[in-house]
Amino acid sequence: MKRFADLYTALDETTKTSAKVEAIAAYLASSPPEDAVWAINFLIGRRPKRLIEIRKLRAWAIEEAGVPDWLFDESYQAVGDLAELIALLLPAPTATTGLPLHYWVEERLLPLRGQDDARRRESLIGAWREMDERQRFVWNKLITGAFRVGVSQSLVVRAVAQVSGIDANVISHRVMGDWAPTPDFYAQLTGADSSDADISRPYPFCLAYPIEGDIRQLENPGDWQVEWKWDGIRSQLIRRRWHTFLWSRGEELITERFPELEALGSLLPEGTVIDGEILAWKDAAPMPFAQMQRRIGRKALSEKMLRDVPAAIVAYDLLEDGGHDIRESPLETRRARLAEIVRSASQSGHLILSPAVEAASWEDLEALRRTSRERGVEGFMLKRFGSPYRVGRRRGDWWKWKVEPYSVDAVLLYAQPGSGKRASLFTDYTFAIWDKDELVPFAKAYSGLSDEEIRKVDAFVRRNTIEKFGPVRSVKPELVFEIAFEGIQKSPRHRSGIAVRFPRMARWRTDKRAADADTIDTVKALIGS
Amino acid sequence: MLRVTPDGLYCKAGDFYIDPWCPVDRAVITHAHSDHAHAGCQRYLCSEDCAGVLRARMGPGAAIQSAAWAAPISFQGVTVSLHPAGHILGSAQIRVEHKGEVWVVSGDYKLEPDPTCRPFEPVRCHTFITESTFGLPIYRWRAQPESFAEINAWWRANQKMGRASALFAYSLGKAQRLIAGLDPTIGPILCHGAVENLNRVYRESGVALPPTQYTGDVAKAFDWSRAIIIAPPSANGSSYLRKFGPVSTGFASGWMRIRGTRRRRSIDHGFVLSDHADWPGLLSAIDATGASCVMATHGYRAPLVRWLTEHGLEAMALETRFEGERDESGDTEMVAE
Repeated sequence: MKRFADLYTALDETTKTSAKVEAIAAYLASSPPEDAVWAINFLIGRRPKRLIEIRKLRAWAIEEAGVPDWLFDESYQAVGDLAELIALLLPAPTATTGLPLHYWVEERLLPLRGQDDARRRESLIGAWREMDERQRFVWNKLITGAFRVGVSQSLVVRAVAQVSGIDANVISHRVMGDWAPTPDFYAQLTGADSSDADISRPYPFCLAYPIEGDIRQLENPGDWQVEWKWDGIRSQLIRRRWHTFLWSRGEELITERFPELEALGSLLPEGTVIDGEILAWKDAAPMPFAQMQRRIGRKALSEKMLRDVPAAIVAYDLLEDGGHDIRESPLETRRARLAEIVRSASQSGHLILSPAVEAASWEDLEALRRTSRERGVEGFMLKRFGSPYRVGRRRGDWWKWKVEPYSVDAVLLYAQPGSGKRASLFTDYTFAIWDKDELVPFAKAYSGLSDEEIRKVDAFVRRNTIEKFGPVRSVKPELVFEIAFEGIQKSPRHRSGIAVRFPRMARWRTDKRAADADTIDTVKALIGS
Repeated sequence: MLRVTPDGLYCKAGDFYIDPWCPVDRAVITHAHSDHAHAGCQRYLCSEDCAGVLRARMGPGAAIQSAAWAAPISFQGVTVSLHPAGHILGSAQIRVEHKGEVWVVSGDYKLEPDPTCRPFEPVRCHTFITESTFGLPIYRWRAQPESFAEINAWWRANQKMGRASALFAYSLGKAQRLIAGLDPTIGPILCHGAVENLNRVYRESGVALPPTQYTGDVAKAFDWSRAIIIAPPSANGSSYLRKFGPVSTGFASGWMRIRGTRRRRSIDHGFVLSDHADWPGLLSAIDATGASCVMATHGYRAPLVRWLTEHGLEAMALETRFEGERDESGDTEMVAE
């Protein structure tokens, strides 16, 4: 556990990817498989769900630290992270632990779920007393289901590849899907044998960067397959050995949530993997994403929901054909085969080939791209003819060419401190627009400013607070920001009557005064534009 | 006896201010950090060890009178004496006695030993005005030798990787304490001009420091990868660092105890080392004064006040200008962290 906590610290303290890979590789190389596999499990973001209710964790920590409730809460304000607060607040350990990671996970962490409160309390306090601050922090993060560390899956894959000598693309595929963190799995992961036992395993998704600057840098438009960029749930539909699996890009198995797509599986040839986008789809057109959100928000799917918000998968690519991995074949070969498969399953009505957009020039495409919003898409995807299906996010062969976001000038009205890295800085803002002579809140945004700008806004908030409501402060309406967002719709739940999607700060408009901000009427006019 | 006025903490009976934040006629100074020693006062009184650094800050024209430790000085029947606070060289607590009533103003202080200044001495009093920069129980310093071992190990590791070590610290006090704790057998200790100037003043005041050199004074082909460079925090991210080649950056401060603060500062390594008292330090210092009334200034006043009140003392927060709002004070040189 100490070594894993040290690894966490090393990863936390550097932003250099090579140093991160080195640290992970060094850990893996010097750990027994039963520890290494857990480390990989946690590092790639597979974490157990919260094992103890926050309320109880807090109560037991308060008891063990011997501080009053109010002082615990005051301290939380300063730290902004419960796991860290508890690690810092508890008295120094009375013992040390040399027990390895897998012991702590398998014998102490996971059993917490089934235990009664007395046992859990005893187990937890016992653990805290043996751990130093670093270990406690990592431990508390695991217990609260909030373990996160600044490494991407691809860095972990690079480290495993380095230690095992197996190609990174192979490792990348092997860590996908549903596996148990056992020494056996670690042996499979790092072994030379390429036979694949898991029939549900998806492939790593190929992802695109946004194209920056002039589109003409891509030269001849005829070199590119152009598709609409659909706004749904990116997923893989897998049909192997008479079973159907549907995976989201977040590597969540979502088969049960889409019975119509699961049924579609039986129409696919044996050994088929399709990359596509799940959309709420009716009358040959996508429904607004909000409808999909409504559907995935429901625990149980009613007949009515299935009728009102039917799902379809818009197929982008074919990754496996007849049980063979065809990711290295050229784009047009894969697409031709995909078209055949879609045709043969056409009776289902839930599988659609993502149409290719034909246009003679970039100018024509630019004109078409401006029609994205009315079509319910986010712009274009550009895929180079002849290219393979790559692993992860790469530059060169795939680009997303999105429609410009909406933008509105709004006034900063409320601010509250962030958490974690941003604790005790005012980083979370509510913005308002004019409704006659009143400012009505219309969006919250947290991102888009530089650290330097955040510090300046933070200082402004402190100097210009009007009222405090718990951690939230209302401030003098003075600062104007350009808020960018992707979607807008009517919402009776919001005071402004509108809800926006992915709002963020595009720019601090230091050249504008509050009176120059947009009005509710101009913003409402964006709906349906 | 003392009250907060627009110009600072004022003693009417003795007609003097303690650490005023405006130019006044008579200022008694706890220590030479700029949020406590304001320029432009007619006359200053400080401890005998503080005079050198205060002079360096205020220039040759300032009227500075120094007092021997614990020596009583009378202002219109009010007796003032200075007692070591352990914060930086010459830092003092100010004891004020009038008609049998005793108040002590702590200034900034710490309880840990520090080879660059006299250790904190508790002074019995009725009312204690204490700092509370780190007035939360999450602030608990570990044993100092551990912190220095960590810094020296970091320096060694950087050498091995072929990169220079740049350690940021407030140029008055923290820098010299760090230098005194470095292991000079590892390699050369180089200092930013602001730090080196104060090193000289420290040495002139009789503080022993390992040899240091001004970064501007080295030969062209100097091998920076073996060196540690001590510089003020403002040097981080500036062109000053460029000439050292590959460099790892570190920052030593009590605020570094919190992960969020460490990460926000865009430095490679945060060392927890403070010249202020931690939570247990504050509580034990307050206890040792025997004071029945405590006033808290700086930082986390409210939690300390509530804690003391719940433990039977009369306590209150005192609004001073020794800092802005809590935290982030580590970002500026306004507060001596």
